[in-house]
Amino acid sequence: MSNITSTSNNPALQNEGPVKRFFRATEIDARMLGMLVALVLIWCIFDVASGVLRGNFGGLLGGSFLTPRNLWTLLVQTSSIAVMSTGMVLLIVMRQLDLSVGSMLSMVAVAGAVLQVFKLAPALGVGHPAIWIIAVLVCILLGAAVGAFNGWLTAYAKIPAFIVTLGGLLAYSGIAFYMAKGETVAPMDKTFEVFGGGITSSWLGPFWSWAIALVVCAAIIFAVVNGRKQRQRFNFPLRPVWAEVFLAAVGSAVVLGVTHVMNSYPWPFKLIENYAKANGDIIPPGIENKDSSAVCMAGDQVVRCTEGLIYYTGYSLPVIVALVVGLLMTFLATRTQFGRYVYAIGGNPEAAELAGINTKWMIVKVFALMGALVGISAVISSARLNAATNALGLTNELYVIAATVIGGTSLAGGVGTIYGAMIGALMMQSIISGMSLLNLPAAFQNVVVGAVLVLAVYLDQLYSRRVK
Amino acid sequence: MAKSVKKIANKAAAKKSAPAPKTVVKAAAPVQSQGTPLVEMHGVSIAFGGIKAVDGASIDLHPGEVVGLLGHNGAGKSTLIKVLSGAYKRDAGQIMVEGKEVKIDNPRDAKALGIETIYQTLALADNVDAAANLYLGREIKTRMGTLDDVAMEAETRKVMHRLNPNFRRFKEPVSKLSGGQRQSVAIARAIHFNARILIMDEPTAALGPQETAQVGELIKQLKAEGIGIFLISHDLHDVFDLADRLVVMKNGKVVGTASTKDVNHDEVLGMIIAGKCPKGAIPGPGAMRDTA
Repeated sequence: MSNITSTSNNPALQNEGPVKRFFRATEIDARMLGMLVALVLIWCIFDVASGVLRGNFGGLLGGSFLTPRNLWTLLVQTSSIAVMSTGMVLLIVMRQLDLSVGSMLSMVAVAGAVLQVFKLAPALGVGHPAIWIIAVLVCILLGAAVGAFNGWLTAYAKIPAFIVTLGGLLAYSGIAFYMAKGETVAPMDKTFEVFGGGITSSWLGPFWSWAIALVVCAAIIFAVVNGRKQRQRFNFPLRPVWAEVFLAAVGSAVVLGVTHVMNSYPWPFKLIENYAKANGDIIPPGIENKDSSAVCMAGDQVVRCTEGLIYYTGYSLPVIVALVVGLLMTFLATRTQFGRYVYAIGGNPEAAELAGINTKWMIVKVFALMGALVGISAVISSARLNAATNALGLTNELYVIAATVIGGTSLAGGVGTIYGAMIGALMMQSIISGMSLLNLPAAFQNVVVGAVLVLAVYLDQLYSRRVK
Repeated sequence: MAKSVKKIANKAAAKKSAPAPKTVVKAAAPVQSQGTPLVEMHGVSIAFGGIKAVDGASIDLHPGEVVGLLGHNGAGKSTLIKVLSGAYKRDAGQIMVEGKEVKIDNPRDAKALGIETIYQTLALADNVDAAANLYLGREIKTRMGTLDDVAMEAETRKVMHRLNPNFRRFKEPVSKLSGGQRQSVAIARAIHFNARILIMDEPTAALGPQETAQVGELIKQLKAEGIGIFLISHDLHDVFDLADRLVVMKNGKVVGTASTKDVNHDEVLGMIIAGKCPKGAIPGPGAMRDTA
């Protein structure tokens, strides 16, 4: 009874090829796999190309792309766009669009910066722990309020979202300009800056990184086992055991692999020295080696060497924030009534209304959620730059929408995944970073990113036509 | 589901002093118009722009009765029924359920009163699976407040097994299902939640002969359970087979009401096409005056 598999109870499926059987058994989305393969391919190409053009910097394939340092930076750079793309998925799935996220990010970031620099810091004293809490809350709530306003105009005033948010694109950046008085508002409070990933206190270090990785691996295994139990309880068809083991193993391997890479990126040399001196860590004596990252004493001189004191960064806070947001948004989209409604409205707005869903209120809620996520991204972006300006989020809306669409969200609505958009964001950032590594001019980078966007949608069309 | 429907049937029967609907059906007696109707719509009007889609229409429905609603395309039958299901808000008129005036401003209100609808367009969210459609708007949740997909799928498997024993595609979005399968999902959704009043708008339009017969069986079964059914159809045979009474509409007005026993096909065609009300029918405001 309990070992009925999805293949064994349908004789018609017995004759299919091993590849098809594999996909059916593991229920892996072929589309997502294609995207991951493309991502890895892009990484390899950039690593080889950078190796040929610029020399070997310790990359996996002899270049400078597949190095812990570059991959670590890549993830930090992706986090802001990735956070916003998770919200954009829900909006586009619901057949809406938000063009104002970039300007909104500038506005919210400037508001948060003005608040902490001119109000909170004088009132509470620089470095007071309440500063970051208040600033982050204000950013998220302000974002949610502005988003809700966009949603209200769209749903209740019946202005198309395209127009509402196009207006917002202009208006919010104007407001940001006035709030900042046209200046760069800086610096952020040290307690707030940790969200940018640029300072030592925002790095988790190997111990906590491994701890998180192990917890995540345990969660993956638990999810697989629990899912199987649930299906057994109701006598539903089960995946074959090998497929379950395979999924759990691959999931855990990816988590451990990424963690290993993050834990292989050493702190910059000068920071190790400063931290060690400040905290009384002993810098051991050693022999100088200019290509290494560890720190040692050659007589009285602090130098780089192969063996010595070394700290590794591990995950940085913005990446953790983005991953947690991704996890929560996936949960929201797939496990809750709210998410179910979003997809149902996208699939057939009329049917959703007839099923008794308050579609207008849902639109307001999803726009507000988008705004809250913009608030989180505003925190990450301004903390990373350690400043806020009215141009902070410039063109971010385009990158967010591009990431979402590259990630497989259909502009026709009803279809899209959170993880897809996050991978889409990572893919786009990889292309941008890779071309920067190759020293390609910015204008050319724009041409390529634009072409990739169009190509991704074209390939998706081809794919979905063949599937049908 | 059968249990809950029976409960309601019993409740409806207990409320009425007239014979219980079940016995009525078994005796195949003519439609009794005494007792409190399950639904009454009085003088309902609705206009879109300058066009009066429904103009002072009055219809009623008794427990365990099937009322066929006939008329040309654009006669206003679907619109009238959408007023009852809450999809449209009426401009004038009243709706009574079991003798009490009720407020139906949106589909949620209608569902709360036990009015379920199978729309001509099926109104399915094409991108999600059968269980998600069946439970759309009334999802089963776990204790933690998350969707209980497994429980919903289990229930869906039960209902679908009853309606369409060959149905296996529980994991696929309904856009991938055949017309008949999609129809089963729409029907399952309407009958699964304690429906007292069922509106079926062209329920057999997308179906083959065998599936049509299945829907016919289902209607008889639901009727026996005391559910009142409005059946909108273009197919006169269907209506004569399944309905106790029929109402013909033309240009937004009711031409006439008749027991299916008192009129024949040709007379009904005359009502639909020309608005002529035959002797066996009770004329409505839309009937041609010279023949009335």
